[in-house]
Amino acid sequence: MAAQDRPVKGPMGGRPPRGVRGPKVENPKKEFLRIIRYVAKYYAVQMVLVAICIVVSVLANVQGTMFIQTLIDQYIKPMIGSSNPDFSGLLHAMARVAVFYAIGIACSYIQSFTLLFVTQGTMRRLRDDMYSHMEKLPIKYFDTHIHGDIMSLYTNDIDTLRQMISQSIPQMLNSAITIVSVLVSMIILNIPLTVLTLAMVGVMMICSGKIAANSGKYFKEQQANIGKVNGYIEEMMTGQKVVKVFCHEDKSIEEFNKLNQELFDSAYKANKFANIMMPVNAQLGNLSYVLCACVGGALALGNVGGFTVGGLASFLTFNKSFNMPINQVSMQLNSIVMALAGGKRVFDLLDEKAEVDEGYVTLVRAKREGDKIVECQERTGMWAWKHEHQADGTVDYVELKGEVVFDDVDFGYTDEKMVLHNVDLYAHPGEKIAFVGSTGAGKTTITNLINRFYDIQDGKIRYDGININKIKKADLRHSLGIVLQDTHLFTATVMENIRFGKLDATDEEVIAAAKLANADGFIRQLPDGYQTVLSGDGANLSQGQRQLLSIARAAIADPPVLILDEATSSIDTRTEKIVQDGMDKLMKGRTTFVIAHRLSTVKNSDCIMVLEQGRIIERGTHEHLLEEKGKYYQLYTGNSIAQ
Amino acid sequence: MLKTLGKQIKEFKKDSFLTPCFMILEVIMETLIPVLMGSIIDNGVEKGDMRHIILMGLGMIGIALVSLYAGIMGGKYGARASTGFAKNLREAMYNNIQTFSFANIDKFSTAGLVTRLTTDVTNLQNAYQMILRMCIRAPFSLIIAMTASFLISARIASIYLIAVIILGGALAIIVRLAMKYFSQLFEKYDALNASTQENISASRVVKAYVREDYEINKFKNASGAVYKLGVRAEKIVIMNGPLMMFTVYCCILLISWVGAHMIVSDTLTTGNLTALLAYCMNILMSLMMLSMVFVMITMSMASAKRICEVLEEKATICNPENPVMEVKDGSIRFSHVTFRYNENSESPVLDDINLDIKAGETIGIIGGTGSSKTSLVNLISRLYDASQGSVLVGGRDVKEYDLETLRNQVSVVLQKNVLFSGTVLENLRWGDENATEEECKRACELACADEFIQKMPEGYNTYIEQGGANVSGGQKQRLCIARALLKKPCVLILDDSTSAVDTATDAKIRHAFAKEIPNTTKLIIAQRISSIQGADRIIVMNEGKIDGIGTHEELLAGNAIYREVYEAQTDGARDFDEGKEAN
Repeated sequence: MAAQDRPVKGPMGGRPPRGVRGPKVENPKKEFLRIIRYVAKYYAVQMVLVAICIVVSVLANVQGTMFIQTLIDQYIKPMIGSSNPDFSGLLHAMARVAVFYAIGIACSYIQSFTLLFVTQGTMRRLRDDMYSHMEKLPIKYFDTHIHGDIMSLYTNDIDTLRQMISQSIPQMLNSAITIVSVLVSMIILNIPLTVLTLAMVGVMMICSGKIAANSGKYFKEQQANIGKVNGYIEEMMTGQKVVKVFCHEDKSIEEFNKLNQELFDSAYKANKFANIMMPVNAQLGNLSYVLCACVGGALALGNVGGFTVGGLASFLTFNKSFNMPINQVSMQLNSIVMALAGGKRVFDLLDEKAEVDEGYVTLVRAKREGDKIVECQERTGMWAWKHEHQADGTVDYVELKGEVVFDDVDFGYTDEKMVLHNVDLYAHPGEKIAFVGSTGAGKTTITNLINRFYDIQDGKIRYDGININKIKKADLRHSLGIVLQDTHLFTATVMENIRFGKLDATDEEVIAAAKLANADGFIRQLPDGYQTVLSGDGANLSQGQRQLLSIARAAIADPPVLILDEATSSIDTRTEKIVQDGMDKLMKGRTTFVIAHRLSTVKNSDCIMVLEQGRIIERGTHEHLLEEKGKYYQLYTGNSIAQ
Repeated sequence: MLKTLGKQIKEFKKDSFLTPCFMILEVIMETLIPVLMGSIIDNGVEKGDMRHIILMGLGMIGIALVSLYAGIMGGKYGARASTGFAKNLREAMYNNIQTFSFANIDKFSTAGLVTRLTTDVTNLQNAYQMILRMCIRAPFSLIIAMTASFLISARIASIYLIAVIILGGALAIIVRLAMKYFSQLFEKYDALNASTQENISASRVVKAYVREDYEINKFKNASGAVYKLGVRAEKIVIMNGPLMMFTVYCCILLISWVGAHMIVSDTLTTGNLTALLAYCMNILMSLMMLSMVFVMITMSMASAKRICEVLEEKATICNPENPVMEVKDGSIRFSHVTFRYNENSESPVLDDINLDIKAGETIGIIGGTGSSKTSLVNLISRLYDASQGSVLVGGRDVKEYDLETLRNQVSVVLQKNVLFSGTVLENLRWGDENATEEECKRACELACADEFIQKMPEGYNTYIEQGGANVSGGQKQRLCIARALLKKPCVLILDDSTSAVDTATDAKIRHAFAKEIPNTTKLIIAQRISSIQGADRIIVMNEGKIDGIGTHEELLAGNAIYREVYEAQTDGARDFDEGKEAN
């Protein structure tokens, strides 16, 4: 199993519950500013426009609230009792307000419209940036991160950021401006009443803080229980057939009910507290209103500080419109905190160091002119390494032959623990080198080094005499074909999946490659032949068929050097033979490194490397190694433990 | 569908009923508050009547308290009803899934069942809470505010009525249009995520072929499409806010104008006017809320449908009436058995199989992929029912047995086997709850598992990770065999269960079987000839039929398929490093 050679952490398929994962945001201000800067890079003007629009529409709204009082005090009351009321003044005032309203509506629309492009555009850019950057990350990143977690950056985390940009920040701004303008108006009207209102806001905040703390506690509990229940469900559904076979239904129901009940208990409490937040705040708001009415009434009647009845009526309106934004702020703060955590994870990805490539030797088409190799544009079937010497600027061409040499190579996935020790090996062009050894001996690791998925700690690897560190990674990898043990197919047609190996291949070339790999036969039997769309990693194909496609993909790339990881999974003998034939045809004339599981492959190799615990302990041909009666002999006869 | 889901409310009927009741109470109180506020201004502040202010204020506090109570209770019962509903849904689905036969499980797939039990239930929980709390509250609030408005002034109330109709119509159009684009958007978005997922797991392939830029371009195109659809959908949704503001402002202006005239002509008080303006907000807000609830319900419909599929699924295999509770011996008989996974499919998976196996025999089964080896043995423990003909164990039709009795006596080690998170012992005791540690150890020795278990850090108490992630393939297979042995069955079926075990150990296990459990009938499916070579008889399966049956020597002499496989395997196609699991 190749997976065990790699330092993959965490149990398979075991996703940690959402929201619990990831580090706590240590410096929220920094993260917040970084997000803002990211948005502002392309949308600074739009952000300012949105801010202005918010301010204007809030002011228009406040103006509207005040208008009602003016309407009553200045226009209606004076007319009461008058026998010939004059409504022209009122009409004027209304016209004025209507204009404000119109501006408010316009601003609100412009704001949403602009914001929409800011949000969607930023999301698109963020996705593209994340993906582009992710593609450039070294394999190590993918090996050391749980794939589900990477995926959740694209779904959950980006979603919290969208929420923050499109809703939380504008809302906060809106609320803040409302609060300030209402507060100023209140202070102008009456200071003692303002103090009273603020005191009530304090009470409200304490209460909601208490409730939020409770609710938060249970939400955390709920989250943990969701994790448990989902984990149990996943495990049991996967093993459902085993449950049936062992008649374990009742026990599994019993266990599930227990977890389900626990989830219910915490979910109920969490939701309960979340639900009562609103009514509590609303009624405290009403209480604040009543208190202000009573105290204000006393003040107005006693005519303290020139406070009038009309003033009180206005104040009460403000009191009402003050509480709402306060509640809003506390709600939005919560989601901003969540977004910051998501933002941090997203930026962590963007901050990951991309794969560095200091190589300068490139792969070019070449032809022979006399003794010399020269670069050319046309297809010659011949390739050369173009080596520009940095010291004196001269250019060398070395024919690509496929000779690979390991010279005293040490390697570890981490610096602390070496997995390969003093590995020496020599592959002549066209030779077949087989690696055998038990799981974890380091077979897959060696192949990871040739194409520089990982860089070695010590020693040298030479390719046609060139240190592979000097070869541009892209060119190095172009010259190597690789057939992995677990086949990965993409959601696309069969044709496109094979063409992945060589993007400009014609349909004829694809079919030729499929024929070489023995895949043509089954492809033609698929519903739409080469145009059949594969989905879900080729879920509708058998293991053997998937392997054949993977071989065809390598065949079309036509590389001089091949790395093959033979599959261990048991496919039936007939299919296996077809796959084997395909592999054999592919290997013909190429330098091949093969992680061998099949006796015929090993037997036909030019050289067999027996690995144990990161060292090559035996090397030679099949016959030679059998004579030695060492580890290879044990493996071959399958008697390793019987003796 | 509603009926199926409604049944799951069960013990939370009271909560489900009380929630909207309290919500209505809260709405009534909320409607009264503007009346009192109006009165405080009209009769208190305006007239300088302090007593009235305090009186009304006290009244308002009283109402606020009632409203608070109603709000808290509504919140509490709503939370209980919805989370309880979710709990019952999960439980009901889980219980029903436990009755599922293999055929039922195949129909849904593991991933399908997991989604239904998790995401879909959460969706319904949220929708249910929304329905209980808002679905009744919003229209009720709308009606009551409207009624109150009509009581105060029919003229002004009719303005509201018109506003409601216009705004309601506009909202309906927006929701409809937006939903269309959003469902397209979600589809595209899902596809984008799916291809990202694919790319992440195939990162090695992408890098090996230097296709990073190609993949980036592909992604950018897809994310561009998501962007375009997103913009299109949002453009419609953002009409909501301005539209709402426009309606509210128009109402305020109209009411002010009409109201001013009415106040002047003394048919309306200023207090009434303030109250009316408050109702205006109530009415329009309720409308907005309704449109949101509507969207939410529509979106959860898909989840509801998926959940109902599981709840309404009937198990295809059930216990018979008056079941036989004892299996006499391990003899097996197939009589003209034909089997199809799908009743409508033309070619049967097993075609007229006749077979007699004596108790205690060891039978090897071999054949290519799709030759129906697994289907054949699955009928014995009644994991599937034969379409025609009958399968007999211990001389009686398997359909007559109590399912548990049958499956305990016919022990299958499945091809795709699973260990569960828990200690080694706990896993073993799936076979027999009451097995002592000695018995477990005994079974492990038979299955050649004892050796490596002893080497584990905590021996039999070592914790096995979910899916057996911390043991190798061969170790897992041996543990699964031991688990099956603990049932002390009459019939033991190994479905390709030693493929990852090295040949030597494989031989040891077979040897132990022959010596220690001679009376148990053993059926062994294998790819390797060496695994079945020594069986009493070997069945060669081909395309749903028995191609040949006999001993190794007989088949070598007389069966073309068997000979071909044998030659292929001795010719070097056999696994080389079978020994790799040995340590």
